[in-house]
Amino acid sequence: MSRRLLVVACGLIYFFLMLPLLVVFPISLSSAPYMQFPPPGFSWQWYERYLDDPQWIEATWRSLYIGVSTAILALALGVPLAFSLVRAKFRGRAVIERLALAPIIVPTIILSVAVYGIFAKLKLIGAWYGLVVAHTVLALPFVVLVMMAGLRDFDRGLEQAAEGLGASRWQTLRRITLPLLRPSLVSAGLLAFISSFDEVVVALFLAGANMTLPKKMFDNILMEIDPTIAAVSVIQILLVSLVLVLIGRFGRGLSGSAR
Amino acid sequence: MQESAELRIEGAAKRFGEVAALDGVSLQVARGELLTILGPSGSGKTTLLKVVAGFEKPDAGSVKIDGVEITALPPARRDIGMVFQNYALFPHLTVERNVAFPLEMRNVAKPEIVRRVAEALALVELAGYEQRLPRQLSGGQQQRVALARAIVFNPRLLLLDEPFGALDRKLRETMQLEVRRLQRRLGLTTIFITHDQEEALVLSDRVAVMNKGTIQQIATTTEIYERPANDFVADFVGESNIFHGTMSAPGEVTLEGGRTLKVRSDKSAGAKVGVLMRPERFDTGGANLFTGDVIESVYLGTSFKLRLACAGGLELLVRQPARGPLPATGARIEVGIDPEAIHVF
Amino acid sequence: MSMRGFWPAVPALLLLFFFFLFPVVRMLGFSLEGGSFDWYAKALGEGLYLRVFWNTFEIALLVTFFCLLLGYPLGFLMATTTPLWATVGFIFVLLPLWTSVLVRTYAWMVLLGRNGVFNRLLIDAGIVEDPLPLLHNFTGVMIGMVHVLLPYMVLPVYGAVRRLDPAIVAAAEGLGASSWRIFWRIYLPLTLNGIFAGAVIVFVLSLGFYITPALLGGGRVIMIAVLIEQQVRETLNWPFAAALSAVLLAFTFAVYALAQRFTRPQETA
Repeated sequence: MSRRLLVVACGLIYFFLMLPLLVVFPISLSSAPYMQFPPPGFSWQWYERYLDDPQWIEATWRSLYIGVSTAILALALGVPLAFSLVRAKFRGRAVIERLALAPIIVPTIILSVAVYGIFAKLKLIGAWYGLVVAHTVLALPFVVLVMMAGLRDFDRGLEQAAEGLGASRWQTLRRITLPLLRPSLVSAGLLAFISSFDEVVVALFLAGANMTLPKKMFDNILMEIDPTIAAVSVIQILLVSLVLVLIGRFGRGLSGSAR
Repeated sequence: MQESAELRIEGAAKRFGEVAALDGVSLQVARGELLTILGPSGSGKTTLLKVVAGFEKPDAGSVKIDGVEITALPPARRDIGMVFQNYALFPHLTVERNVAFPLEMRNVAKPEIVRRVAEALALVELAGYEQRLPRQLSGGQQQRVALARAIVFNPRLLLLDEPFGALDRKLRETMQLEVRRLQRRLGLTTIFITHDQEEALVLSDRVAVMNKGTIQQIATTTEIYERPANDFVADFVGESNIFHGTMSAPGEVTLEGGRTLKVRSDKSAGAKVGVLMRPERFDTGGANLFTGDVIESVYLGTSFKLRLACAGGLELLVRQPARGPLPATGARIEVGIDPEAIHVF
Repeated sequence: MSMRGFWPAVPALLLLFFFFLFPVVRMLGFSLEGGSFDWYAKALGEGLYLRVFWNTFEIALLVTFFCLLLGYPLGFLMATTTPLWATVGFIFVLLPLWTSVLVRTYAWMVLLGRNGVFNRLLIDAGIVEDPLPLLHNFTGVMIGMVHVLLPYMVLPVYGAVRRLDPAIVAAAEGLGASSWRIFWRIYLPLTLNGIFAGAVIVFVLSLGFYITPALLGGGRVIMIAVLIEQQVRETLNWPFAAALSAVLLAFTFAVYALAQRFTRPQETA
């Protein structure tokens, strides 16, 4: 009986969680010229607005390549860092681990303002690679966490076997260790990408006139509730769903075995 | 075709903190020989293997292959084939790629690799399994792939670390014979590590019994079983009745407790000795007779296993061929053993 | 493997040093302009700003409370149901979690506005006459933040309930305990760690929240992060912004430190 109650209550809470995502769909397909609920009719106009507007497309494009660059950089830096943290013994290891995870703990507003201060001096505001660097700082903890979990579960006997069979350290890494860590690498990379693609606060400060998608959305929301935002939101939700599916299929989370 | 090598270990020692895993171990394995290192867990046998393989550096001592010192060489350059207990097959590679791996590491030409992989798989009777993945194979099959991978590059030495521990009994027996057959056929110098003394007796040319980081005895299987050098070896290999006493006269031992035994030994009078009587060497009569009450009797199909309480507090473990009914607890039985069947150490 | 294993970590550490540690420390340093604590005095002394801190703290507490109330049942259900339903539950939690905060916040604006979904439904159904003020105020911010932060509460709770030995529950049932009793006396106390972890995460994240209060608050709900942004971009008062940031940071660290002290050393996230 109380179980039934629990299920019903949870159903409502799930509804609460999904409601905003669901509501955005019909709004994006509304035929009304402004925000109206319920939508009077069906129309693709907002999607067309989005696709026809060079600013929107540019912003999307920018977010995409910043996101991909962030994922690449975060992996390039975070994977070796994770290896060091899990396998090497050196003084201050615990401190370094704290430092690597610190960007999650420090409120993003503080980081954004701080980096803004530096970049303003260096005239890097608006530079896409500046944003990549800042986003990488934010993505690093995710990469480190996922990779450390994957490394901890890794069977080092396989590496020993490879060495016994004549493989050098590098060959073992390339042919055995990394391929077997692929699920973790995939998850880490996708997480890094999404965290950058969605990122608003840092972008607000650093993007300047060269907007990322979230920044443009933010400005748009402040100025007018244009249903184009709804269309963009739907696209965004679909993208995240895709990433989730990819992670489910090819990736591996913080716990549990590789799928 | 590279010839198999002779291995010589001299004075190997290794400490882990307080514990001496290896305490001055020396041994020699002749070309083409299969030596088994037998011992309980913690005896140091795995450490010894790791020292030979190169995964551990000894604190002292040397390892030489064909006279060349390899103690400082990294594992990748030692040209030694290894088979581990948990197979260590690369899960993301097919059987073929697994076996080809060591050849690829040695930059062997593609067509040559294909030929040799096929050869190796045929040797372990897994021809046709090339495209399977390790998780699609049974335990025994995986172990055979591991074996193929270990010999495909013609190593000078083969090391096996309790490879059959995870297999069931029947399979284990089959694999033991297969390894033996393969080793003889290739003439490969081999070291086999196990804690299972039956396995050691089946496979080996010689056996080295280890305990607490030292070698207790190295000898042929017959020697080890019939003429163990000390208490530990006597007790570890096979079932035993071990007692201690002194040589009271030539050919006679007086045990603690007073009982005397007629034995064959050239130890001098007054020497402190150990005495070993294997349970299956007792008969219904003999030069030394024991009368005792059965305190435990077990039916084993082909034999009876009896525990007898005899005079003077002597407890004997006796094996008799299963003839007639199983003696009941409390029954009084007489058994005897001849001097030749008693081993004095 | 001593020092050799350290080298792979160096590039990442360089990045963290130059683009994280250095900028943050440098900025915080601004707060001590002229070597004095004046700006801190202003931040903590003046009623106006003190009220902002207090507001932020209050909102964070309330958000944490509601997330607990709504999040625990969810985590509990997901952890005690079949793998299939658990996966479904996960999707419903992860999808919002990874959808951009912006999208979610915008959606709430659509839902809560004067002409928004809720008000339209309520008016059309005749339940109310005038639209309810659900947006650009405290209520809107609360709803939005709870929605964004709920997943952060659900996941640790899920983990904690999963780790509970089902044999204990079975034993309790066998001894005649009712479901309510079991929940109160067994589940709750033994999953306290998970609850605590979730609460800490939600609370700390609330403290530093920017987007949601900025968009849903309509300028009326000022949380610290919003204030900091204003000081930097509009007023251009860096030293003050730095002082505010320092206080926020100190508070954040204090909460984490306290959390570490009180977490029973059972398991980690």
